[in-house]
Amino acid sequence: MRRALVIAVPYFWLLALFLVPFLIVLKISLSDTELAIPPYTPTLDLSEGWAGFRAFLAALDLENFTFLTTDDLYWKAYLSSLQIAVVSTFLTLLVGYPIAYGMARADEAWRPTLLMLVILPFWTSFLIRVYSWMGILSQEGYLNQLLVGLGVISEPLTILNTNTAVYIGIVYTYLPFMILPIYATLERMDASLLEAAEDLGCSRLSAFWLVTVPLSKSGIIAGCFLVFIPTIGEFVIPSLLGGSQTLMIGKVLWEEFFSNRDWPVASAVAVILLLILVIPIILFQRNEQRQREAEGK
Amino acid sequence: MTAPAEFSPWTDPSAKPLIRFTGVTKRFGDFTAIDNVDLDIFEKEFFALLGPSGCGKTTLMRMLAGFEMPTEGLIELDGQDIAPVPPNKRATNMMFQSYALFPHLSLRDNIAFGLHREKMPKDRIAARVDEMLKLVQLEPFASRKPHQISGGQRQRVALARCLAKAPKLLLLDEPLGALDRKLREETQFELMDIQEKTGTTFVIVTHDQEEAMTVASRVAVMDHGRLVQVATPAAIYETPNSTYVADFIGDVNIIEGKAEPGDGIMGIAWAEGQPNLTGASDLTLASGATVFMAIRPEKVRISAEKPEGAANAVAGKVLDIAYLGNISTYHVELPGGQVIKAQTANTDRIARRDFTWEDAVWLSWSATAGVVLER
Repeated sequence: MRRALVIAVPYFWLLALFLVPFLIVLKISLSDTELAIPPYTPTLDLSEGWAGFRAFLAALDLENFTFLTTDDLYWKAYLSSLQIAVVSTFLTLLVGYPIAYGMARADEAWRPTLLMLVILPFWTSFLIRVYSWMGILSQEGYLNQLLVGLGVISEPLTILNTNTAVYIGIVYTYLPFMILPIYATLERMDASLLEAAEDLGCSRLSAFWLVTVPLSKSGIIAGCFLVFIPTIGEFVIPSLLGGSQTLMIGKVLWEEFFSNRDWPVASAVAVILLLILVIPIILFQRNEQRQREAEGK
Repeated sequence: MTAPAEFSPWTDPSAKPLIRFTGVTKRFGDFTAIDNVDLDIFEKEFFALLGPSGCGKTTLMRMLAGFEMPTEGLIELDGQDIAPVPPNKRATNMMFQSYALFPHLSLRDNIAFGLHREKMPKDRIAARVDEMLKLVQLEPFASRKPHQISGGQRQRVALARCLAKAPKLLLLDEPLGALDRKLREETQFELMDIQEKTGTTFVIVTHDQEEAMTVASRVAVMDHGRLVQVATPAAIYETPNSTYVADFIGDVNIIEGKAEPGDGIMGIAWAEGQPNLTGASDLTLASGATVFMAIRPEKVRISAEKPEGAANAVAGKVLDIAYLGNISTYHVELPGGQVIKAQTANTDRIARRDFTWEDAVWLSWSATAGVVLER
């Protein structure tokens, strides 16, 4: 009895905070737009009983999903989001791995401080940090002033409102999510494994590729998913740092909801996004589970 | 169970050592880990570095593997200075205390790891790996991962991985430290077997004196970065050169006294009103100098009556009896308060024990049973 209660708590949590909102969104995506409050139809009227419920169900259709396929804006936005997410995940890995490696190799006394520095940005509002990147990257921003001042460039670079700025923003924001899981796997690694590899004839570099990288694989996979999954639906960074040519599904979604007030189409976009994300989320879970099994010995 | 009796290259002045340390010192900051060590290790030897933790034995081994550089001095392998050779180019392989097996590779791939680095052809690698798996009797487990086998099996994989490259010199860092006692004893004999079969020179680091005595052809006892004594296990046990070595290896009674030198014999005045102890010795010491007698418990006889004609006989009373099954150790308190241990083999059943607590007894030993030591 008590055990059932303990299990019921997380299931209730999932039901209330994930499944019910999802079902509401799903229902809206099957509805039609209407100038009303709420701005869609049908709405379920319980006073009419069973017949009312049947009429309600009959009014639902897949029209909005068909609409998504007719306008190429949507699938272009999905593809562009995927592309930006893949590229920025790769860039984050490229930047994050050396940092995690350096932290794991640092003197033990320094590690908590370094870890603190990685987590420190979370103490300020995310929005403020993205705004401050606007100050750095803009035409008259600090970066251009510095580069012009140093004589590296003569004309200020246009970075803000381009995809480059979006990549910079994403890498900056999601870097801790990449560093932390990789650091966790590297820090656990037995240093004598590298000595053994060297002893058996590896150079330092090949020992890194043959031992360090495979052993940090689960950290790399976890980090990549933790960056990739939220990046696909990212809205704030592309809308603040990106330009008009930056096409991301999060932005499209926002516009459908708030500019067009077309809740049903926006909900359809959200449902499709969720379906796209289910695959990487399942893969991520399997990676985590396999890692737990390997450690369970 | 040491190597055959005729194997003793260290007594042959013309023999060329495989490894030669000349004046090797290693400092970490202010700390001197290795202090001016000279040492020769010969081909096919099973050489043990023995000492308490922190004595420098692991540092000495890591210098051979190439993970540490000597601060001063010269290390030669086959007459070649090895200081400029990085670990991955040395003809030595090391078995780590943690075994350091690659957790992401199967046993087969672990053993093949070093061979792949040599760019050996695939079919020869496979043949060599099979040979190694057979040597350590792990053929049925070849495709398992290290976490799927037992500690003793992991130890054997680590050994096979080092041996696969057929090194001139195999270094073993506390190889049996993680095994339980029974498995450790079995594995010691396996190690000796493998060493004999492959003819590789083994250098083993251990803090376990029994292990060193069992496996090694020679033992180096270390203390504070210096070699205190380098000799065969029997010589270390029977003729230690200091009370440190005598005390480190096995059980021993050490009696301090003043020297009264005679001709080939040393008298030791050890307690007032007691006759001097005597021990065979050719030490030249000033009369009255501090001297020690080290006597192993199994060489001390215990009797109820004063024994006739014994070179050393002291009276005392039984303080404690430690019954270990095969032997009993009597702790006998002498009039001066010193406690001497005497061992007897229990060849009869326990019901017929001659002495019990508080009994007055005599302890005796011959003049050659104990060792007279200066320090």
